[in-house]
Amino acid sequence: MDYPILSFLTFLPIFGALLVMLVKDGDEETENRNARMLALWISGITFLLSLVMLSNFDSAVGMQFIEDHPWMSNFGIRYTMGVDGISVLFVLLTTLLTPICVLVSWESITKNVRAFMACFLVLEGAIIGVFCSLDFVLFYIFWEAMLVPMFLIIGIWGGENRVYASLKFFLYTFVGSVLMLIGMMYLYFANGGSFDILTMQTLNLSDTSQYWLFLAFFAAFAVKVPMWPFHTWLPDAHVQAPTAGSVILAGVLLKMGAYGFLRFSLPMFPEAVDLFRPAMYALSAIAIVYGALVAFAQTDIKKMIAYSSVSHMGFVTLGIFAATPESIQGALMQMLNHGIVSAALFMLIGVIYDRMHTREMDRFGGLVNSMPVYAAVFMVFTMASVALPGTNSFVGEFLILAGSYPVAQGATVIAASGVVLGAVYMLWLYRRMVFGEMGSDEIKNQKDMTERERLMFVPLIVLVFYLGLMPNRTLDILEAPAHKLSQVTTLEPVASLTLGPPLYTDTHSDHKGVDAHGGH
Amino acid sequence: MTEMHIFAIVLLPLFAALIGGVFGKQIGHKGVMTLTCSAVTVSAVLSFITFVQVAMMDAHTISGTLYTWMKTANLSVDFGVYVDKLTATMLLVVTSVSMCVHFYSIGYMSHDPHRARFFSYLSLFTFTMLVLVTAPNLLQMFVGWEGVGLASYLLIGFWFKKESANAASMKAFIVNRVADACMLVGLFTIVGVFGTLNYADIFAAAPAVSGNSFNLLGLEMPVLNWIALLLFLGAMGKSAQFGFHTWLPDAMEGPTPVSALIHAATMVTAGVFLVCRMSPLFEMAEGILPFVAIVGAVTALFAATIGLVQTDIKRVIAYSTCSQLGYMFFACGVGAYHAAMFHLTTHAFFKALLFLGAGSVIHAMHDEQDMMRMGALKKVIPITYGLMWIGSLALAGIPPFAGFFSKDLVLEAAFMSGGTLGPVIYAVGTFAALITAFYCFRVIYLSFHGKAHDAKALKAAHESPFVMLAPMFLLAIGAVVGGYLLKDMAHLHWWHGAIVGFDVHATHIPALVKFTPLVFAVTGILLATLVYLKKKHWAKSAAKNTGPLYRLFKNKWYIDELYNALVVQPTKSLAQILWKQGDVNGIDAVGPNGAASISKLSASLLSKLQTGYIYHYAFVILVGVVGLITFWTL
Repeated sequence: MDYPILSFLTFLPIFGALLVMLVKDGDEETENRNARMLALWISGITFLLSLVMLSNFDSAVGMQFIEDHPWMSNFGIRYTMGVDGISVLFVLLTTLLTPICVLVSWESITKNVRAFMACFLVLEGAIIGVFCSLDFVLFYIFWEAMLVPMFLIIGIWGGENRVYASLKFFLYTFVGSVLMLIGMMYLYFANGGSFDILTMQTLNLSDTSQYWLFLAFFAAFAVKVPMWPFHTWLPDAHVQAPTAGSVILAGVLLKMGAYGFLRFSLPMFPEAVDLFRPAMYALSAIAIVYGALVAFAQTDIKKMIAYSSVSHMGFVTLGIFAATPESIQGALMQMLNHGIVSAALFMLIGVIYDRMHTREMDRFGGLVNSMPVYAAVFMVFTMASVALPGTNSFVGEFLILAGSYPVAQGATVIAASGVVLGAVYMLWLYRRMVFGEMGSDEIKNQKDMTERERLMFVPLIVLVFYLGLMPNRTLDILEAPAHKLSQVTTLEPVASLTLGPPLYTDTHSDHKGVDAHGGH
Repeated sequence: MTEMHIFAIVLLPLFAALIGGVFGKQIGHKGVMTLTCSAVTVSAVLSFITFVQVAMMDAHTISGTLYTWMKTANLSVDFGVYVDKLTATMLLVVTSVSMCVHFYSIGYMSHDPHRARFFSYLSLFTFTMLVLVTAPNLLQMFVGWEGVGLASYLLIGFWFKKESANAASMKAFIVNRVADACMLVGLFTIVGVFGTLNYADIFAAAPAVSGNSFNLLGLEMPVLNWIALLLFLGAMGKSAQFGFHTWLPDAMEGPTPVSALIHAATMVTAGVFLVCRMSPLFEMAEGILPFVAIVGAVTALFAATIGLVQTDIKRVIAYSTCSQLGYMFFACGVGAYHAAMFHLTTHAFFKALLFLGAGSVIHAMHDEQDMMRMGALKKVIPITYGLMWIGSLALAGIPPFAGFFSKDLVLEAAFMSGGTLGPVIYAVGTFAALITAFYCFRVIYLSFHGKAHDAKALKAAHESPFVMLAPMFLLAIGAVVGGYLLKDMAHLHWWHGAIVGFDVHATHIPALVKFTPLVFAVTGILLATLVYLKKKHWAKSAAKNTGPLYRLFKNKWYIDELYNALVVQPTKSLAQILWKQGDVNGIDAVGPNGAASISKLSASLLSKLQTGYIYHYAFVILVGVVGLITFWTL
């Protein structure tokens, strides 16, 4: 690439946001329509540009499309950007979900449309910036910049209790970020006065400093994932956020924490990862079961999907900290899958919320009678959510669990029970909302999904089956970084920690190795 | 036959299902029915040819790869086909029963406004079942395995306005998921031990690891025992064995053709198929085989006792299916996998026939399923009556009908396997055969003989149309001559290595062992005739005199109630507790809201410092600056 494509990707939406703010003429209606169209065009072009990047991406090379310029030389801060297999697909996920979010908000956002669309574009740019930054200061700026538009989206266009939710969201993530800032300063000095993330990954930090740094970064990332018990901001944020806010929150923002673990914690603090592994397994297993059970107790459909995210992200963190090639590959895959499926589920809730203005499960029932297409689309994503083989989630969950099993047997077995619990709440939700007799005249009179609404689900449905049935192109992109990360962190070369034959060759010695890392 | 033909067999129903599902509105009911029925018919014809070539003419095995599904550094999984005698047999069973059910449904569902959707689901089911049986590896098998679960879920809940149907479909999916979770752990163990999920590679490597032990959650067993146990737990779910059986009777909420296809002939036998497919591995898992045998025997007897007292015609047949699957599993448990497969094959034909017959009765009675409200139907629907006789004789195991050959073999195998377990299981199975024969004919006598309970309904009743009767005739042929035609399946060597295990026919079977089951079956029929035709008051007095036992059977051994009290309600309460006490009063109270109240408190303290006097501030700033300078210079 002879042009800085990553900078284009990052700043195109940000300047686009300026453009959206500047174009204001005519009456309010024209102004709103212009803002929507402009946002759709800008995000659409960004998406096409990201496809160009993907087609030029070479999975055999590590970091690529690198841009490196001095910025604040006095402090060793540089403008460095690049993507590898870990980040490239999340850039794509972001650029795909943003135009979809614009479509989602087409009719449901009616006040301050210009500002809303601008917020979304700034958010998109900041998210892409996070995934592309290779300089820690640059990363941190985007990381914090991301919070502001999200805070505004919830706080201005949210539901009745939006102020409480947006503050909770902001404080939780902000406290985590501050601790990360301290860790960043330490790494800066340890790295000889440079904020270069890639060289930071090669530092040989002492065990003690690794432990402290791990904890500081953990605070930032665990909140974002969110891991149990740092998850309570999520249901509130989702419930109060407008649909598009939930879509981007569940789709991309929740991946930030996991991305941080993979970009920072695993390669920089391998000793600490090894020490805290059992705790991480335990937190992941708890998140999976706890999230699923609490989801089952909800009557607010948005809260239910929010808690299901806690459960699904538990699989991701399990895969990351088990740190075998398959488990990391599966975790990355599952991050993508969750981005697609939970985004779609929130969109489905949005579709019905726009019509009936309620999220209470009891108010629905028998939707299939008046909205058959909606019911069919809902079924597709219900099955994707319960990880039916053939859908994308199965590939991710299978690789995570098969990869984690040799090193974290107990946690994996508990996680496998999530397969049952996930089916319980999703089928319950589907049954209560879609099947049955029509609950009220209101439901009888509902119109099925419009062209616009159908259109926005098409790419997501395609991806569910594409990634579920032909995951190899994607797995290929993820393989090299997953392999590398598993090398860094597998500190004890125990034979049974990796997949492949023959594992249990010895009658009595190997299972002890398994036990020692059994997770509980 | 090449692998291309096998791909066609598998993919044609998918194609039909997709077109029917997506463009159902455009091409209409007729279009969808034509499309799905022709696709399945072509699949059935191709399968029949495949069966003749592979199974009858000892031709070969057919295998091929479609593409690599999942490839990681240490694991590679393909989508493909592998057809040996075992698969060829399943292909024959699945596609022929599916074809019959498709055509039958044209008549049975003729008044349903949603039949386009129904036929799409049926074809989808056929596709997933074919994926399951043709898989060359366990993961593709699992795709089919969960796929049939989805299709079953959709079809049980087909009448989505019925609350009971929705509850039943959900229950079926979730109970199966519990079993599937066990199976998944089994798959992980296989991946960990063998590094592959291909059947052939696993079997080749199995002897080398048979001595190894494996520790799962603190329990140590030989690794192959663990694998066999976990896979068998999965099989128990799909095949509705004792403990996992609760979903099957409820699944009768679905349309009757669905019960015939999915819950009698094909999907529920997937567990048996899996155990037979994995027979080389199960043979090395000696510690698990007795467990398999006991579960099978318990289910065979237990389900038969419930079938004895049900009054819903479909539920009787459902419990009968459960019981017959028990027979197949105890055959597997004693090592006679080929006997299980033989019984699976014959059972598919006569049980599908019985269900379609029951459907014909229900159709004639305008959706009445309670046998107590039927009676005297034999004159009104004589063809159905005759076909029900054939099905019942086959199920009871009367020669020369199909069930006789296979059930006999299963029981003989149990006896000849020796030890103390073998004869005990033989005795249980033989006794269950008596009950089986009894409840079969109870169905016939209650619904077709005696006095009409509802003269008006009887008058309105009519024989089913040709499109429903023709498929039943086809199945009846299978039920009559299937056992004789396929009697070679009783010999292990016929299977040509697709199944290994214990060859019953290599042993000398005593005549007493051979004929006792038949005597019991005939006794069962005679008893039923006596009770339901001659001494009708006996049934009532028997129910009264055996009060507790009768109530136990009638209430299905209270298993549903037990699960509700032990699993369902506690889970619901736990969910509420975790949410209210864990999140709301726990984490939130201590975490953010706690922090908020602390910061509120400190804010109010701090605000007291804000006196508003400038010299106070100046003083504080001065102290601060001095402090900082001191700190830096130190």
